[in-house]
Amino acid sequence: MHSQRNAGTGEAAVCVRDLAKRFQDVIAVDGVDFDIGRGELFGLLGPNGAGKTTTINLLTGLAKPDRGRINIAGVDAVSNPKAAQHLIGVVPDESNLYPELSGRDNLRFCGALYGMRKRHRDARARELLSRFGLEEAAERSFSTYSKGMKRKLTIAAGIVHNPSILFLDEPTTGIDVASARQIRQLIADLYHSGTTILLTTHYIEEAERLCQRIAFIVHGKIVKLDTLEALLQPVKGQHIVQVLLSDNALPPTEELRRVFHDVTLESTGPGALRLSASSPLQIGPLVNLLERHSLQILEMRTVRLSLEDVFVDVTGIERTAMNAGQVEGGQST
Amino acid sequence: MTRWIAIWGIFKKDLRAYYLKPPNISWGLIFPMAWTGMFFIRSGLGLESVIELLPGVIAISVLFGTTSMLAVTVTFEKRHRSFERLLLAPLSLEQLMLAKTSGAILFGTVNAVVPIVLASFLADLSGVAWATVVPAIILIAVVSTFLGLFIAVSVREVFEAQTFSNFLRFPMIFLCGLFFPLSSLPVFLLPLSYALPLTYGVDILRGAITGEHMLPLAANFIVLAAFCAGLFMLSLRNVRRRWLL
Repeated sequence: MHSQRNAGTGEAAVCVRDLAKRFQDVIAVDGVDFDIGRGELFGLLGPNGAGKTTTINLLTGLAKPDRGRINIAGVDAVSNPKAAQHLIGVVPDESNLYPELSGRDNLRFCGALYGMRKRHRDARARELLSRFGLEEAAERSFSTYSKGMKRKLTIAAGIVHNPSILFLDEPTTGIDVASARQIRQLIADLYHSGTTILLTTHYIEEAERLCQRIAFIVHGKIVKLDTLEALLQPVKGQHIVQVLLSDNALPPTEELRRVFHDVTLESTGPGALRLSASSPLQIGPLVNLLERHSLQILEMRTVRLSLEDVFVDVTGIERTAMNAGQVEGGQST
Repeated sequence: MTRWIAIWGIFKKDLRAYYLKPPNISWGLIFPMAWTGMFFIRSGLGLESVIELLPGVIAISVLFGTTSMLAVTVTFEKRHRSFERLLLAPLSLEQLMLAKTSGAILFGTVNAVVPIVLASFLADLSGVAWATVVPAIILIAVVSTFLGLFIAVSVREVFEAQTFSNFLRFPMIFLCGLFFPLSSLPVFLLPLSYALPLTYGVDILRGAITGEHMLPLAANFIVLAAFCAGLFMLSLRNVRRRWLL
């Protein structure tokens, strides 16, 4: 999807400068700067507690910044958050619709909150229920929905008033794979229909799959911000082969270096070897060399370097920490 | 126009989701009837006491009708983050809170009709100054609702809202002259009585229904209106300070 549209039209839909927020002793957001172009899908990637939700709360007027400027479609959202709220849709990290109302009534109610007339909001609710595959559950109360259905209806509620800018906070966290795939497709469709989207996530693959530009946020600071292509540039053209040998044995390093001149060798564990080079690696000579030394190959695979490797390299945070949640010292912000 | 659609939407949603639910309606009917019965039996005066008890029963019906649901629902919505949807709507905080409280005000006002209808079968209400009773009931409903709102925005948990409401409501039954005249209270409790909004509401109702009142009716109305404004402003201040961090 990245190649199908450009990264915005140049004019910023969202402009954030030196944004900061502290909760007592915890610095939740620490001097954040970024712009989001009109029609762009911008990702804020970081572990739990990095400051993603606080950033969204500051942008949407649910929290007040200690300092900094926020401009949303030309409106100063710090001094006039209510004017900015006309223009935005928000999908929070929890499905927070009304449990006692049906799916249809929840959408109608959210439409009413934005001043939509009855006929218009009824038609829009019908359209969204159909688009999100929730027609059959339309009259059931929200409390009876599965997690995936709740998430979909929450996204539908966020766009019921056709906002030009949408804030999506961790839209696929905690739901099943099939629902997550559907939601990613819905996000992609929204992007293709011209909606400017700020997506926060701690799923690296999600950011890589959906976003045009991505900011890495850790401990309230943006440590890297670039287009996906530029972020992947350092690992582009890297060829890696990982080998796992039996009996924790490794071949002689000198001989490996003689056969593979421009290869970087790294022992990544007992019997585990990682070879990386800037040109494609010849598997045949490697297998011959290992067999000459009577080393039994348990596993051999080529590895495609991804955004995850870039993220780990830039932030020092391992994937396990991203998925487990807390980064050491991080707060739930 | 768009703001009115939003305000009307919130009002209608709250009526459907909370106030028109059978348990709430039955609570609104049973509770005042139980109190009336208790004081009716205790007075031992028979039907003559109906007129005497009516101001207190009306006030208590309004107080419990408004505060019971509002304090809990706002706290519940805050806890489950559905209140964030309202905060994100393009409405000012004042408009939002008025929309949120309008259902409770209406419910409390309608609750007051129940004892009046019952009393009309048991006593002669021809001498009642309805032109004073009606605005008094509405003002008591508004002040009680804003008291419920103040409770809701001062606590975090639903159980705290319930405890705090009862902490304020039950002493009011005895301190506001609902069923005992203030003159029968110990002197040291009188400042507390005059610090409670219901005292002034009951005094208006008593004046309009029985002809006896302590303070001039206009003064009572002014004090009640001041309580309404004060509680509403305090609630907004709490929301801005505690919820919009």
